Amino acid sequence: MLTIDNLHANVGDKEILKGISLTVNAGEVHAIMGPNGSGKSTLAQVIAGHPGYAVTSGSITYDGTDLLAQQPEERAQHGVFLAFQYPVEIPGVTNAYFLRSAYNEIRKSKGEEEVDPMDFLDLMEQKLKLVEMDEVMLHRSVNAGFSGGEKKRNEILQMAVLAPKLAILDETDSGLDIDALRIVAHGVNQLKRPDNATILVTHYQRLLNYIVPDFVHVLAGGRIVKSGGKELALELEAKGYDWITEGA
Amino acid sequence: MSTYADAFAAGPSHGWLPELRKSAFDRFTALGFPTTRNEDWHFTSVTKIAERTFKPVKPGTCAVSQKAVERMAHGEADWHRLVFVNGRFERGLSHFAELPADVTVATLNEMLKESPEFVAERLGKLASFDAHPFTALNTAFTQDGVVIHVPRGVVVDAPIQIVHICDDKAAGGAVHPRLLVVAEAQSQFTIVESYLAVGTPSYFTNAVAEIEVGSGARVDHYKVQQESTEAFHVGTVQVTQARDSVYHSFSFASGAALSRTNVYTRLIGEGAEAKLNGLYLVDGTQHADHQTFVEHIAPKCASRELYKGVLDGTSHGVFNGKVYVDPLAQKTDGKQTNHALLLSEGSRVDTKPQLEIFADDVKCTHGATVGKLDQVGLFYMKSRGINAEAARTLLIYAFAAEVLETIELDGLRTQLEAAVFEQFVRTTPE
Ligand SMILES: Nc1ncnc2c1ncn2[C@@H]1O[C@H](COP(=O)(O)OP(=O)(O)OP(=O)(O)O)[C@@H](O)[C@H]1O
Ligand SMILES: [Mg+2]
Repeated sequence: MLTIDNLHANVGDKEILKGISLTVNAGEVHAIMGPNGSGKSTLAQVIAGHPGYAVTSGSITYDGTDLLAQQPEERAQHGVFLAFQYPVEIPGVTNAYFLRSAYNEIRKSKGEEEVDPMDFLDLMEQKLKLVEMDEVMLHRSVNAGFSGGEKKRNEILQMAVLAPKLAILDETDSGLDIDALRIVAHGVNQLKRPDNATILVTHYQRLLNYIVPDFVHVLAGGRIVKSGGKELALELEAKGYDWITEGA
Repeated sequence: MSTYADAFAAGPSHGWLPELRKSAFDRFTALGFPTTRNEDWHFTSVTKIAERTFKPVKPGTCAVSQKAVERMAHGEADWHRLVFVNGRFERGLSHFAELPADVTVATLNEMLKESPEFVAERLGKLASFDAHPFTALNTAFTQDGVVIHVPRGVVVDAPIQIVHICDDKAAGGAVHPRLLVVAEAQSQFTIVESYLAVGTPSYFTNAVAEIEVGSGARVDHYKVQQESTEAFHVGTVQVTQARDSVYHSFSFASGAALSRTNVYTRLIGEGAEAKLNGLYLVDGTQHADHQTFVEHIAPKCASRELYKGVLDGTSHGVFNGKVYVDPLAQKTDGKQTNHALLLSEGSRVDTKPQLEIFADDVKCTHGATVGKLDQVGLFYMKSRGINAEAARTLLIYAFAAEVLETIELDGLRTQLEAAVFEQFVRTTPE
């Protein structure tokens, strides 16, 4: 589904991703771990199409298409979803309006009919339940004044509504209390299908107790320095990163 | 100036209040058009108005259809609506709703026939032209207008709408509409003024409104300025507010090549409250200037101002918010906020808050920001599948939403929201 080949990306003159290669197949869950500042969010944002990062070489192929040639909105319309590490506040636009716009744009791009506000609210009812969010949150401005945990839950709500093929969750577990973590993990598991895939960026092994990864990768200094199965996460939890990153 | 003298000598077509008009004309002659050396006009040059000598539009047959009025004018079927085309009252296009007893909504010319003393006692009393050349010009040349008088304790539910439309027949000419409003104690009503155009003629609208808000009364005043983009618009509203009154004004401006919108209020009775809000949307080479002046004369009055502007192309916005607090106006609570959103490199805004405070126990704040579209917000929306153009207009709308929310007429708010979405749509993505 996703093939990243020797990807290099800069911010300004500074190279942040220094040759990343990664293959994700349908049905898989990949965890990406690694020290602060190693480039995890950068990788996630480059996949989503953030204009602030310049890809200097390498390629990303998604469903057989050149992902890097697509605008961020096209990528989303083709099923790529990024849950932001720092969800963005948009004062003045309600969550409901925002979600419905996104939902309808994606439908339109597939040649499907738009749904009206009433039908959309019906759809929202189930999705809200999934992430145990109150309906009043729909009528507030997008993320404005939301607590850290509420913002993260709101990301999962968006994911639930947009039903992506490739979901990248950038530290969605950070800042969540135990209950919220369980709710978010449950949401992600519910949305898992054999034809979609998930990339989890996380610092904590505990998330991986709830969402069991098929692969764990360690990103350090802009490179994937180690890959393994779910045991790797336990090993990292016990030993930290030094034993891998030394000399990397 | 001499051409104005000719026009003045040639008109007016009716002989009312000749002394007032004469002294107004003399005052205009003495003052002349303001220059940018005048502090109040520092950022706005009216050379283009001064050069052109716009004479009052000659009366002619009306070519604006009822359909066109319905299409353009924001309003609902049950509103009382007076329609003026090229400065002339069009009874046939107007709609007269049932009003409570003793409420007067009439044209100035009708009132001069029926109750000349009512007009003589009030016209020109609030809107002083001593220091205001455009007000002097309006007083000298006005041909008609509207008088609204709501007696003590009377509440008028449906808004009273005044629609001014100009079409090609106004090209090269001026209209000087006048509005006189007397809200007696405890009365309540809403006025909606719309300045619209058919096509893109170049003309000059120079409007003046005088509004007396009695004690405990509440007047909501909406002004929608969607003049032709080739036109010039200067509008001045002068209000006085008695004890515990509320005056709420909302100014929307998206038309005219050059516009200046003045909202001035004097809080002369204790506990009065002024809420002055505005939104302007300009692009191309448009210039939109807003000036507010709140005079806190009495104690314990509150003023709240929120103005926002969205600017594209090489347009230019100006906001000048003046607040005066008299030594007697203790416990004044004033707040002024002004935000501008620049969509292009070439657009520009000048903001000048001006606070003169002579009382010590007061709370007066002002804040101003000038920003660009939030790139992070844009990316966030696009990452959810919202296309670039929709994301952009949605962010523009979000910027304007805070001030649009102050519109208490649902229909009008919806229409102006739509105007925000339409104004900045780019057909070709950048
Ligand atoms: N817009 C930017 N401008 C300058 N430097 C940047 C920018 N974005 C990222 N960087 C730098 O790139 C490096 C990688 O950042 P990134 O956010 O990808 O790290 P991360 O692995 O997600 O870290 P964390 O675990 O703390 O979230 C950091 O050194 C960061 O400072
Ligand atoms: Mg990160």
